[in-house]
Amino acid sequence: METSTTTLSASPAQAHVHAGPRLAGDLAIWFFILAELLAFGVFFAAYAFTRANNIELFNAEQAALNRNAGALNTVLLLTASYFVVRAVQAAEREASRQCANWLVGAILTGFGFIVVKLGEYAAAFEHNISLSSSPFHMFYLSLTFFHFMHVILGLVILIAMWNGARQGRYRPGDMNGLETGAAYWHMVDLVWLILFPLVYVIH
Amino acid sequence: MTKSLHGTPRSSTILWATLLLATFLTWSMGALGETGRWGVAALAVISFWKGAVIILDFMALRHAPLLWRAITMGWMIVVWAVIAIAYIKGLAQ
Repeated sequence: METSTTTLSASPAQAHVHAGPRLAGDLAIWFFILAELLAFGVFFAAYAFTRANNIELFNAEQAALNRNAGALNTVLLLTASYFVVRAVQAAEREASRQCANWLVGAILTGFGFIVVKLGEYAAAFEHNISLSSSPFHMFYLSLTFFHFMHVILGLVILIAMWNGARQGRYRPGDMNGLETGAAYWHMVDLVWLILFPLVYVIH
Repeated sequence: MTKSLHGTPRSSTILWATLLLATFLTWSMGALGETGRWGVAALAVISFWKGAVIILDFMALRHAPLLWRAITMGWMIVVWAVIAIAYIKGLAQ
């Protein structure tokens, strides 16, 4: 039988465990995330309904996209998110060095996304694809570039988190900065998990 | 006993591996030229589940106040519903 004395003997490493509902990270980042989700949601709806009125054009031009590069980028973002989770878990164990190492993994996989995406853009520009070449290309370029800018900001945040982890700034009871940055990065991943099937696959 | 907001290394590794497996599944559906409404429906369900893992487990909203969980999951439900409506509208053309 559990008793209320359990919490009295908790070690510092256990002090952060949640007794009730708790939002991970700063409240302000969650309002920012909601604003971002709303903006992407409007973009997705605009794409879906424009496609509904131009099915043949969208299907033909979507077929020319590099779906393998898109899938690889999904793997890279999912892996980066997983590494961020492991970094947070390491900080909970007061393992700052491991936390920093997991964040290096997340930064490298995040950069991998950037490299793959730049390769995709280079190929598109070689084929004279631009914002004005067709409604599909307008959406493809603007949606993916809007997301691309979020990945870059996410990488800047991850580098700041890595710097904090190296200095041992995150520990149980002092996780706010790490959890706040992690929430932003996961949002970038979440948006891609809708963007990729919507723009690259569904036809 | 209370537990961590962010799960355990074991649980998150299993989720990550499952997410990669789901990604491979959807990629191979595309590579095999799987089309039609049932293929798209399966793709949407898998993608929705992946998003739910990110929201509930990676963002740790599973242990957040209900309102935040409802807003974020609600956002994803609305977005996929809009995509479905637009897709069905496209089929009717």
